[in-house]
Amino acid sequence: MPTSTVKRTDLIFKKDIDYSAVMHKIMKMGKDEFIEELIDSGLRGRGGAGFPTGLKWKLVKAEQSPEKYIICNADEGEPGTFKDREILDNAAEKVIWGMTLAAYITGAKEGFIYIRAEYKYMQTKLRIAIDRMEQNIKALGIKFKLDLVFGAGAYICGEETALIHSMEGYRGEPTNKPPFPVTQGYLNKPTVVNNVETFVNAIIIAEIGAKEYKKLGTKASQGTKLFSVSGDCCKEGIFELEMGMTVQQFVDEFGDGDTKAVQVGGASGFCVPRKEFPNTIIGFEGVPTGGSMKVFNSSRSMYNTLENYLIFFEEESCGQCTPCRIGTQQLLMGIHAVKRKEKPKSYLDELLKLAQTMKFASKCGLGRSVGNAFGSIVTNFREEIIY
Amino acid sequence: MSNLINVTINNIPLQVEEGKTILEAAKMLNIHIPVLCHHKDLCVAGNCRICVVEVEKDPYLVAACAIPVREGMNILTNTKKIRDARKHILELLLTEHNINCIKCCKSSSCELQNLALEYRLDEELFINLLQDIPVDDSSPAIIKDDTKCIRCTRCVRTCDELQGVNALAMSQKGRHTKMSTYLEKPLADVVCTNCGQCINRCPTGALTEKSYVEQVWEAIYDPSKFVVVQTAPAVRFAVGELFHVRPGARVTGRMVASLRAMGFDAVLDTDFTADLTIIEEGTELLTRLKKALVDRDKSVALPMFSSCSPGWIKFIEHQYPELLPNLSTCKSPQQMFGALAKTFYAKKREIDPANMVSVSIMPCTAKKFEANRPEMRDSGYKDVDYVLTTREFASMIHHSGIDVLTLKNEEFDNIMGASTGAAVIFGATGGVMEAALRTAYQIVTGKDVPFEGINITPIRGFQGVKQASLVIEGTLPEWKFLEGVELKVAVAHGLKNAHKLIQGLKSGEIEAHFVEIMACPGGCIGGGGQPIPTNIDIRTARMEGTYKADSKMLLRKSHENPEVQALYEEFLGKPNGHLSHELLHTYYTERFKY
Repeated sequence: MPTSTVKRTDLIFKKDIDYSAVMHKIMKMGKDEFIEELIDSGLRGRGGAGFPTGLKWKLVKAEQSPEKYIICNADEGEPGTFKDREILDNAAEKVIWGMTLAAYITGAKEGFIYIRAEYKYMQTKLRIAIDRMEQNIKALGIKFKLDLVFGAGAYICGEETALIHSMEGYRGEPTNKPPFPVTQGYLNKPTVVNNVETFVNAIIIAEIGAKEYKKLGTKASQGTKLFSVSGDCCKEGIFELEMGMTVQQFVDEFGDGDTKAVQVGGASGFCVPRKEFPNTIIGFEGVPTGGSMKVFNSSRSMYNTLENYLIFFEEESCGQCTPCRIGTQQLLMGIHAVKRKEKPKSYLDELLKLAQTMKFASKCGLGRSVGNAFGSIVTNFREEIIY
Repeated sequence: MSNLINVTINNIPLQVEEGKTILEAAKMLNIHIPVLCHHKDLCVAGNCRICVVEVEKDPYLVAACAIPVREGMNILTNTKKIRDARKHILELLLTEHNINCIKCCKSSSCELQNLALEYRLDEELFINLLQDIPVDDSSPAIIKDDTKCIRCTRCVRTCDELQGVNALAMSQKGRHTKMSTYLEKPLADVVCTNCGQCINRCPTGALTEKSYVEQVWEAIYDPSKFVVVQTAPAVRFAVGELFHVRPGARVTGRMVASLRAMGFDAVLDTDFTADLTIIEEGTELLTRLKKALVDRDKSVALPMFSSCSPGWIKFIEHQYPELLPNLSTCKSPQQMFGALAKTFYAKKREIDPANMVSVSIMPCTAKKFEANRPEMRDSGYKDVDYVLTTREFASMIHHSGIDVLTLKNEEFDNIMGASTGAAVIFGATGGVMEAALRTAYQIVTGKDVPFEGINITPIRGFQGVKQASLVIEGTLPEWKFLEGVELKVAVAHGLKNAHKLIQGLKSGEIEAHFVEIMACPGGCIGGGGQPIPTNIDIRTARMEGTYKADSKMLLRKSHENPEVQALYEEFLGKPNGHLSHELLHTYYTERFKY
C-alpha cells in the first residue's frame, strides 16, 4: 500500500489550550513583539484573500482611536466550504481567544462574530463559551466584550466591507477601498476583520511560537489549513493538512481514481484539470483556497458545473457595479447561447474577454473572481461547453 | 493646510492636494475621464466603473472618481486595457437599456447616449437583457421607467443626501437589483415630494417629468379656448441654457415674445402673484405676531413657515404633520395666479372662465402635483390646468419653429403682468424671506429695512440653514406692540436642510418668528424642472442673475406693485380679507410617513 504524501496535521482541533497561560505569555512578551512574531509566522488570512494577519493587526494597533473593533467573519458562504462551521462547533474557544488576543494586541474593547444565519443553532454553545472567556479575562485585567451578529443569507456579506455595512444595518454592499477597514471599518472605526480559521491560527501561534509554526507549509503558504473536501472523492469531510501540496498529491489521497478536475477555492476559485495536477500547488504560490476542494470525476459535465456557478453569481452579486451585475448575466446567457448554437463557438472568446474586464474593473472581490472559474473551465473544457 | 502629493498622470508630473481623487487630479490637467454614477452634488459611489484607470503596480483597474491620489502614484488614463474595459462596461449597460432614444425626452441630455456615441458602439456585442417592466406613471409629476435605469444610484443618493426624503432606495440584489420605493409601491403612494431633484441628476431617461405639452398644444390650437400662461420667477434665468445661452442670463423679453408667438392668448407673470403672496403672507405673519404678543393667544402657531414650495408642503405633510398649523395658509404664487385668472382676470377681460385654460411654466415638478390637488379649485374650475417645466417649455419652442435668439424683447400683458424686484428674487433661496421683510418692515415702520440697498445679504447664498434677526424700531402707532422686538428669521433650502432647521427649532437651538423653506437646493433656480445638467456653478450663476435683475428694478418692494394695488382696490378689498381667504388661502392634509 503506497504511503500518503499528504501531511496530516492536528493543531486546530486538538485538545484545548491553557488560554490564560498563553495570554500571560503574550502580555509578558509585549504587543509589538507578538506582532513581529505573527508577521514572522507568515500567517495569511484563511478566508481566501490571504492578507498577512500580523500586518493587519499592526495597522489597527497603530491607529489612534479610542474605539476599535474585532470582527470574526463567520459568514461562510463559498460553495463547497464548511470548515468554519466545524471550527465553531468544536473549537469555538480557540476562535474566541484568538479574537481576545487580537483585541488585546490592537487595543479593541469590543468584538463581534458575524455568523451566517444558517449557523444560528450554535448560538447557545457560543454564548456559553463567550461567557467563560469574559470570566477568565477578568483575572488578566483585559477588557473585551464579545457579541454575535447573524447575517441574513447574502453571499456578498462575506466581503469585509459588505459585512460591515450589514452589521451597521445598511444594504450589504462593498465599498471602495481605500478606506480599508483597518482605518475606517465598523462605525468608521479601525477594525480587524479576520476569518474564523485565522483567529484560531493566531492563538496557536501564540501558544507554539512562530518558529514551530513555520516548520509547516511552504515559504509562501506557511502553517496548516483546513480543507473542506467534497464531490467525487473516496473520503469527504474536513481535513487539516499542511500547506504546499500539489493537486496531484491531494487527488491521490482523496480522489476516487477517476478525477478529471478539482475546483480549488469554491465558485470563486480555479478549476484545475487533470493535466495540471502535478504542477499546481495548493497555496498562495499556486491556486489559493479558503478551504473548498471540490472533486469532479469523468461522469461530471463541466458545462453543468459552470452553469451552476454562474447562476450562483448572477443571484449573489450585490448588483451595484456594472461589470459584476450585468457581466454575470452575460456569461450565463452566453454559455446557454453557445450550447444552443445561437452564438458561434468564437463567442466564448468574447466572453473570456468580458471575464477579463470583470476581473479588472469590478468593485470588489466577487466580480473580480467570477472570471477565475469561468476562465479556467472554459479554457480547459472548451469542448464540453460547446457540445 | 493640506499636504501636496506628487503623482504623474499619463507621465505628466503633477502636485495635488491630499484627499483629492484621481478624477479631480486629472481634471487639473484637462484630462477627461468619463463618468456616469459620479455627480458633483453627491457622495462618491464608484459603482458604474466607467471611470476606471490604470495605476502602476495595481493589478486591477481603479475607479478614478472614488480613489484618492497617493504619493508616487503613476496613473494612466488611456490604455488598451482601460479602453477595452470601458467599451465592455458601456456594452453591458446598453444590453439592459431600453434603447428608444429617438422617443426619449432625455435624449439631448442623456449621458449614456453621449458616451455610446463617443465610443461608437454600433454593433451589438452581447445578448439583449432588456426586461419588460411597466412604466410607473402613477405620479402626476414624475415618471419612473426602470427599463432605462443603469443603477447608478444618483437618484437614491439625491433623495437621501440632498432631500432626506428617501422615497427612492435600491432593492433586491444580483440581476434583480433595482431602484425602488417602499414595498415597491407606485411613486404616487410613497413619501416622494415630487421635487424632481432625482430627474435633474438621472443620467438617462429613467426618471423624467410627466409631460403635459400635448394637452397645452391642443388648448392653443382650439379656437374656443382662451389660454393664459404664467411664468415663474426662476424660469427666465435658466431657460436660456437650453438655447446655448450662459446660465443666469435673464431672457425675460424673449421668453415673453416666444410665448406670444406660440399662440398663448395672454402672457402673464407669476411674479405678479409672488408680490401678492408677500402682501398676504406678510399680513398673516403680522396678524399672528399681534395675536401672540398683544392678545397673548397661546393657540397661535409660531414660527410661521412659508408655503410657496409645493415639494416642501408635501414633505411637511408627510414628515412633520404636527407642524401643519405653522404653515402659512397662503397658496403658492402659482395657485394664487390660477385662482385669480379664472375669476378676477376673466371678469376684467370678459371671458367665460369655463373656456379658459390656465397654463403655468415652472422650474418645478412638484407644481404639477400641486395643481392637481383637489383643494385647488377655488375659482370654481381647476385653477391651474397644466403645469410645464422649464424643459418642456423649451421643447415647445423647438416644436413651434421659433428662432428664439432672434426674437425682439417683449413685455408681459397687463392686469396680471407687472412685478417688482421682490418677486424676482423669489427664485433664489432666501428670496421670499427678503421680499417679505422688505414689505413687512415698511408696513410696520414706514421705512426701508435697515440693510444697505435693502439687500438682506445674511439670508442670501448657498449655506444650508441661514439665520438673521433685526430689531424693529420706530414703529407706526398701529404697530406699537412690535417696537423694540427682535424679529428672528431662518431660511433653509433642500429638504435635508429643512430637517436640520426643524430639528434646530424643536431643540431650541434655532429661534425664529418666520421661516422660509424651499424644497430644492438653491431654491427654485435649482428646481427639479430646470435645465439639465445642474451643479453648484450653474446654480450660482442663476442666483447671481436673479439678484442682479432685482438690483436693476425700479420697484423692489412687493407692496409697490401698481397692479397688485389695483387688484386690492378693484377686487379683493384688503389683505387677508374675506375674498382673499376664499381664493388665495388653503389648508393642508396629514399624510403617512412611509
